[in-house]
Amino acid sequence: MSTISMNDIRGGTKVIIDNDPCVVVDNEFVKPGKGQAFNRVRYRNLKNGRVIERTYKSGESLPVADVVDVEVQYLYNDGSHWHFMAQDTFEQYAVSEVEVSEAKKWLKEQAICMITLWNGQPIEVMPPTFVVLKVAQTDPGLRGDTSSGGSKAATLETGAVVRVPLFIKEGELLKIDTRNGEYVSKAKE
Amino acid sequence: MTWEPSASIKNLQQRALVLQQIREFFAKRQVLEVETPLLSQGTVTDLYIDSIAVAMYGKTYYLQTSPEYAMKRLLAAGSGSIYQITKAFRQDQSGRIHNPEFTMLEWYRVGFDHQALMDEMDELLQWILATAPAQRFTYREIFLRYLAMDPHAVSDEELWQCVKQRIELASEITDRDTWLDLLFVNCIEPNIGREQPVFIYDFPATKAALAKIRLDNPPVASRFEVYFHGMELANGFHELQDGNEQGERFERDLQLREQQGKTIIPIDQRFLAALTHGLPDCAGVALGIDRLVMLAAQSTAISEVVSFDFARA
Repeated sequence: MSTISMNDIRGGTKVIIDNDPCVVVDNEFVKPGKGQAFNRVRYRNLKNGRVIERTYKSGESLPVADVVDVEVQYLYNDGSHWHFMAQDTFEQYAVSEVEVSEAKKWLKEQAICMITLWNGQPIEVMPPTFVVLKVAQTDPGLRGDTSSGGSKAATLETGAVVRVPLFIKEGELLKIDTRNGEYVSKAKE
Repeated sequence: MTWEPSASIKNLQQRALVLQQIREFFAKRQVLEVETPLLSQGTVTDLYIDSIAVAMYGKTYYLQTSPEYAMKRLLAAGSGSIYQITKAFRQDQSGRIHNPEFTMLEWYRVGFDHQALMDEMDELLQWILATAPAQRFTYREIFLRYLAMDPHAVSDEELWQCVKQRIELASEITDRDTWLDLLFVNCIEPNIGREQPVFIYDFPATKAALAKIRLDNPPVASRFEVYFHGMELANGFHELQDGNEQGERFERDLQLREQQGKTIIPIDQRFLAALTHGLPDCAGVALGIDRLVMLAAQSTAISEVVSFDFARA
């Protein structure tokens, strides 16, 4: 199994910690005045979704998780699992709520996403960077209401809640950046 | 691959302004600007600071991790108070607020102790960052405040329990100084210096480096560090003048390096000879200019304030 040294580990690097696949959230180099150097690694365990911070000596390294990314189409949700189909092999994957994690609030049927497989098992779902979703509910924006900084909450058809400008109305299509959950613009179908 | 700078031109203008302000500050106080070699035959023996070795005429020279030894040779030669703005190099230190080569301001004040130098550091920070006067705590006071423990008196057992409770470690660590460092960087550093700079002074004697040790009960090192917005900005000493004691500290460092299988470093004999000749009573401090510029420019990464960070060097 190949390993990766602390210095090369970045946000997004997938490693094995305590026998589980994990994705590194961030890795901070810490050097106390005259003392030994450390790396403070924050990572999400991809099997249980827990985020943990652990302190490593800077010389240490971690085993790399042997993962592959597969392009898939989102099919449907049966109440407990989210179902996807690989674009090239038509193989289907059922993904549980822990693994689908934050991605679920952006998933609309037919959407093309990436899933990460570890030993053939799906462990993570990455939604498209930009999605176009319809506004399911939002209050009418009040002119001159600046108390909320010129924005209001809108619930999208997938259940995600985002901040949008006051002029947005129910039924409109919005382009959203899924990396930060921010409104980008109005969209046409 | 990218050819472009990692810093914005605006931040580079801010950097130039900070450098100009530093030079004005010392010109007003009649402190002499000096330059010393970056390549030297001797270098720092610290267990946790590694110098970058360079081959020259079949011999090994080292890129300096700080201009301290050469500046003290100038002081011993009668320079009076001096300052320097220079590049310094540290092997394998890179991260959000570390770059293996970085810019350091180091200055020495003849006749000052670490308290008087803290006053001057405070004036410099107020001048450049337009900040409120700094707060000061001893190392002991800050541990009592955030961890309810006396770092000098706490037993090894209690200290280790406290580390284990608060920090998840990937591997066992067995030395007391590192336990204290871990608690400091994880439980104290993130919480201090949010509004104004904080000076921490009077460190445990085991963390003396090149500082005088005062034989109080317990003995403490006349050393200070400066923290602001979660970063260590500076490290200063009331400088050790005793050449014999300095030589012994270097030897002890080398023993530790040998035990840990690290490279054995040639002790800087010219520096020790200068101490033996006589270093005036003085205090000195090194301040990271890149971090200072980060604060002035409200940046969150060192790459944003150096023209080309290590990744683009």
